[in-house]
Amino acid sequence: MNFTQSFRLALKSLSTSKMRSLLTMLGIIIGVAAVIIITSLGHGMQVYMNEQFESLGSNQVDAMILGDNDSSRHVDIEDMFALVERYPQYLSGVTPEIRAPLTVRHGADEFTRTTVKGVSETYYSVERGTSMNGEKLAKGRFLSYVDAQRQQSVCVVGAYLEREAFGGSALGKSLTLSGVPFTVVGVMDECADVTEGSGDDVVYLPYTQAVRLSGTTSSEYLFAATSRETAPAAKGLVERELFKIFQDSDRYVVLTAAEMMDAMNTMLDLLMTILTLIAALSLLVGGIGIMNIMLVSVTERTREIGIRKSLGAKPKNIRWQFVIEAGTTSAIGGVLGIGLGILAANLLTWILSMVLGSENSFRAVPTLSGILVAFGVSVAIGVLFGYLPANKAAKLNPIDALRYE
Amino acid sequence: MEHLIEFRDIYKIYHMGDSDVHALDGVSLTVDQGEFVAIVGQSGSGKSTAMNIIGCLDVPTSGSYLLAGIDVSTMDDDQQAEIRNKMLGFIFQQYNLIAKLSVQENVELPLLYAGVSAEERRARAARALERVGLADKRKNLPSQLSGGQQQRVSIARALAGDPSVILADEPTGALDSRTGREVLAFLQQLNAEGNTVILITHDNSIAVKARRIVRLQDGRVIYDGPSDDPRAVVQPEEQEEAAV
Repeated sequence: MNFTQSFRLALKSLSTSKMRSLLTMLGIIIGVAAVIIITSLGHGMQVYMNEQFESLGSNQVDAMILGDNDSSRHVDIEDMFALVERYPQYLSGVTPEIRAPLTVRHGADEFTRTTVKGVSETYYSVERGTSMNGEKLAKGRFLSYVDAQRQQSVCVVGAYLEREAFGGSALGKSLTLSGVPFTVVGVMDECADVTEGSGDDVVYLPYTQAVRLSGTTSSEYLFAATSRETAPAAKGLVERELFKIFQDSDRYVVLTAAEMMDAMNTMLDLLMTILTLIAALSLLVGGIGIMNIMLVSVTERTREIGIRKSLGAKPKNIRWQFVIEAGTTSAIGGVLGIGLGILAANLLTWILSMVLGSENSFRAVPTLSGILVAFGVSVAIGVLFGYLPANKAAKLNPIDALRYE
Repeated sequence: MEHLIEFRDIYKIYHMGDSDVHALDGVSLTVDQGEFVAIVGQSGSGKSTAMNIIGCLDVPTSGSYLLAGIDVSTMDDDQQAEIRNKMLGFIFQQYNLIAKLSVQENVELPLLYAGVSAEERRARAARALERVGLADKRKNLPSQLSGGQQQRVSIARALAGDPSVILADEPTGALDSRTGREVLAFLQQLNAEGNTVILITHDNSIAVKARRIVRLQDGRVIYDGPSDDPRAVVQPEEQEEAAV
């Protein structure tokens, strides 16, 4: 009695009561589908986030200065520029990110919730076509090196301001920042939902102007390393420089984009593991369903078991037959569940692209490892939960089984 | 000469609450190769227990049972299964065919458990079905056959494994008298071809078709001799009356 024979026999016995077999499999089908959907979503989210990080620049190194700025130790913006010049093989640029508390006006309108940021030309990479925070330029140009050096009164506005303040054509027009007129030289593309206070409600001005008008200094610096590979070394350089200034490693945090991505991925992995385990609970329930129906099946087929024993079937032959039958039930359930899961993942991708817009790159992609694990687990559950009923069948006394009505 | 079947003082005792029931109460008997023996008795006589022990479906409480010189009364489940598979062919009152398997597959079952290759199984099952005259029904399901045909399938199944002993438990009990006679004629033919046949029945008219009768009553052998002896078919009560 080899595997193929047992398998064929199992298929035969399942097909004799199709409705019951399907209902038995349902727990496994739902469990496997849930696992596939969740792992697909998780994988899709990871791919999506990594793409977003790539577009921000995987060579980015962020330095945040913590605590009060009024102590005698503080970072001079020019020191950071000097650092970049000293190590051109590691660092290709830096921009402070100054949040300047300036009043934004255009004519009689005042925009109280607009974010005003002082940055250098490094903030926007022309070759990559995005800023260090992932925004794209829609019209005109971004701030230049000369703008900062000569403290030019020019600015770049977000999509919200262009629409609300300038009626859709901001280039060449001007607005005032704390009373000082600035000419709009560029407009950023939509990056949020174009509402007040969102990422589209923003004004960029040369950092030198931001310092001059607000008197605040920068508490955040965004460095561009020469490449992704040099980013860790660049991080070390920035940390060393900051330690020289503060003599206290608690006053600053320096992170590479890769580290931020790793941290995010770790969190996402944890979240997905927890969700997958919850989904796997329904696999357990499915397994109990299989055990239940196998126990019924053993009772119903007591006479068949007796006949087989009288013809020379050993206890292990009978056990093997029922274990294979349980395993086959859950394996078929697993395959159906995988199909359902893949279908649902594609449907989700389609719905998300409808809701979020077709240029959105989020896709729920079923992973091969997820599929293999789901299938393996479902077969294992069938065999595991089938063992108890199979063992019961194997231990039946042949005479009692033969006389069973 | 070595006997094919030898019971040495076999007891089978069931515990029913406080009392013990002696289903077999010291039975000794031998069956030789080529015999046709009917084990006869009323219900409760111990004939079913005797058949279970001969068929290695049960073990005696005490005493020993030798099958072809091997003591099988102390064997474990796996060894007994092997003996059933290789040495015994069962024919049951209710045919005991597996409903969802075809006639051919049913006949192949003992060969399947014996580990015979698929090709040889098919050939041997086909030969066995030919012997019972059902070669053309091999693809049918048991439910598509008449009772007599089903019993012939079960005979083919018993023959397929080429056993040393054919054990028939009330083989005609579920059949009308005409098909019952056919089945008995077939068992006689098998015996004439050299097979050892043991028939278990309560019916004297069937038992006399065998060449030897062993009559059991209350777990004891009360007659063991040729079937044409008048005492073989006499009911115990009648014997008592005769004695008076």
